[in-house]
Amino acid sequence: MPENAGPNGAGKARNNIMEARGITKVFGGLVAVNRVDFDIPERGIVSLIGPNGAGKTTFFNMVSGLYEPSAGSFVFAGRDVTRLGAHQRAQLGIGRTFQNIRLFGTMSARDNVLSGMHTRLKGGIVGSILRTPGTRREEREARERAGDLLDYVGIQGREVFAKNLSYGDQRRLEIARALASEPKLLLLDEPTAGMNPQETARLTDLIRRLREERGISILLIEHEMRVVMSISDRVTVLDHGEKISEGSPREVREDPKVIEAYLGTAKTG
Amino acid sequence: MALLRRYALPVVLIVVALLFPLWNSFLEETVDVNLMYPVIVITVYIMLALGLNIVVGFAGLLDLGFVAFYALGAYVVAWLASGHFRQVSVAFGTTATSITGEEVPGIHLSFWLVLVLAGAFTALCGVIIGAPTLRLRGDYLAIVTLGFGEIIPRFFQNGDDLGGFNLTNGTIGIKAIDSPGFPFLPDSLSAWQRFGTLELYPWFYTILVMVLVTIYVNVRLQDSRLGRAWISVREDETAAAAMGINPVTTKLWAYALGATFGGFAGAFYGAFIKNVFPTSFSFNVSIFILLMVVLGGMGNIYGVILGAIVLQGTNFFLLPQIKTWVNSIGEAVGNQALATVDIPKYSFFIFGIMLVLMMLFRPEGIIPNRQRAEELHDETGSGDAMGGAIRA
Ligand SMILES: Nc1ncnc2c1ncn2[C@@H]1O[C@H](COP(=O)(O)OP(=O)(O)OP(=O)(O)O)[C@@H](O)[C@H]1O
Ligand SMILES: [Mg+2]
Repeated sequence: MPENAGPNGAGKARNNIMEARGITKVFGGLVAVNRVDFDIPERGIVSLIGPNGAGKTTFFNMVSGLYEPSAGSFVFAGRDVTRLGAHQRAQLGIGRTFQNIRLFGTMSARDNVLSGMHTRLKGGIVGSILRTPGTRREEREARERAGDLLDYVGIQGREVFAKNLSYGDQRRLEIARALASEPKLLLLDEPTAGMNPQETARLTDLIRRLREERGISILLIEHEMRVVMSISDRVTVLDHGEKISEGSPREVREDPKVIEAYLGTAKTG
Repeated sequence: MALLRRYALPVVLIVVALLFPLWNSFLEETVDVNLMYPVIVITVYIMLALGLNIVVGFAGLLDLGFVAFYALGAYVVAWLASGHFRQVSVAFGTTATSITGEEVPGIHLSFWLVLVLAGAFTALCGVIIGAPTLRLRGDYLAIVTLGFGEIIPRFFQNGDDLGGFNLTNGTIGIKAIDSPGFPFLPDSLSAWQRFGTLELYPWFYTILVMVLVTIYVNVRLQDSRLGRAWISVREDETAAAAMGINPVTTKLWAYALGATFGGFAGAFYGAFIKNVFPTSFSFNVSIFILLMVVLGGMGNIYGVILGAIVLQGTNFFLLPQIKTWVNSIGEAVGNQALATVDIPKYSFFIFGIMLVLMMLFRPEGIIPNRQRAEELHDETGSGDAMGGAIRA
């Protein structure tokens, strides 16, 4: 991990882990995302906000490779990934969570995390069938690491089916599963949705620690303005698929265009 | 203690199975029933059901054409261990001998080698047949696999004149397939030198070992990195991809492995019945195997084995028995229709009813897989291919 920038090295020139240029997505006649340029600095926490239907999740889906952009390009860690599929981008280090939780419901919490670890494990078919010492060791270590990750995000019920976990635990499990793939860039789509204030505060702290302790860059979609304003290095505002504002939390908060966009949809932050 | 509980049942079952020829000969002496033949066929079907279980139960891909691999395996053994290709004369480790001392026409490879080749060939076919279906889900996948299940027997039926070349011998099929055996064994072990039609126990032990290997592989894979990937893709392909799991290779592995076991079973069956012809591999067989998986409990290895035993057992023993009962009742009350009704003819009607009842009252099967049961009883669940298709 290049140490050319401290965690709060605002002002210093930093490398971008992700550079999006001219990203556009058209659904039928609807332009959901329109020529958006977007940079994510290494070890940065940047947020994407905007009214409902602004195109935030659509943009996310293109970053993680679930949607192919209608136009534009993505460069991740110095490499053009525009043509790569979701699983290839995950292998390169783009992890994500989903706005509408998409855990593997009938897998235990631990197995969900192990699934996230898939690309970092080697165990082949022959090794698994013969249960070679190498495979056994790898599985044992993977289980331990999965347990550690569950502790890290604060989930107790390791053997509980994911769908039987509480809502807050499910959100945290999504993060643990994404962390298991050892991402360099983590995309969090409304991670505090449905959480109470204490849970939200703890999660905000967790996100901060991900950067501090693990050096992960974070792209956050969040409706909870208090969270956004407290942890973001930079905030980008989308409205009707267009980038209407970008800057420090304070700059964005005071931008008349942003206020108008939010008032226009009668949405309070 | 935990170790005991975990291994006790499998060990008991294996011992009972190993001793089967013993208690079969006891039955033969006391009540004059010989179960050898039906039990061998049932075991073949256990193997088929376990193969299909990888595709349907583990990976959640509804396959209505599994018979294709069974057929391919049988034809591989027919091609490589019979006199069909009489233009050539190749022999390797075979049990086939000629009385006249001349070279035997045709390809005659050792059954054990052919078995391996059949597995490899059907694995390849599994990938080739699986590849075009990868983007399909649920009902569409079922329709395409059904198509392949129909195409393959048709191909065998019409493959007797491929530009003048007789590959499959058409509807007549290929006859006189070589027996498996170990020709190098001493004469005191003659039953093992060349598996015969009178002494069936070498056949039984062969298929038993094959099934045990299949079970072992199933158990190990279920609880492995690939096994988890199968469940992930089954539950939510998009989320799995976002976690770095390649859905394409994950599914192709399921097709390839499932097909391999189908091919093994087919190769054994071809050698066992000695003749292969296209009508043995009709669509009904695919449904029959699928029914075993569903009835027993998708994704549960014990359940699938039980499903195969119950259904083939019904076929072999229960239906003829019911026929006897119904016919004698018919005679007693003087009803001509009842007295002559041929119950086994309606087996698929009966199996159909069984499937409907099962889906209504216990969709997770007799011995359910814990996860599958949850999926099926979860109304808000992701609605994977099988759940959706079966309920449709
Ligand atoms: N797969 C799709 N097909 C068609 N239209 C879509 C699709 N996905 C999103 N859209 C449309 O694109 C627009 C942007 O949706 P998106 O989900 O990106 O908004 P969002 O900013 O994430 O909103 P929210 O805050 O409600 O999550 C919406 O009008 C939506 O209806
Ligand atoms: Mg959204």
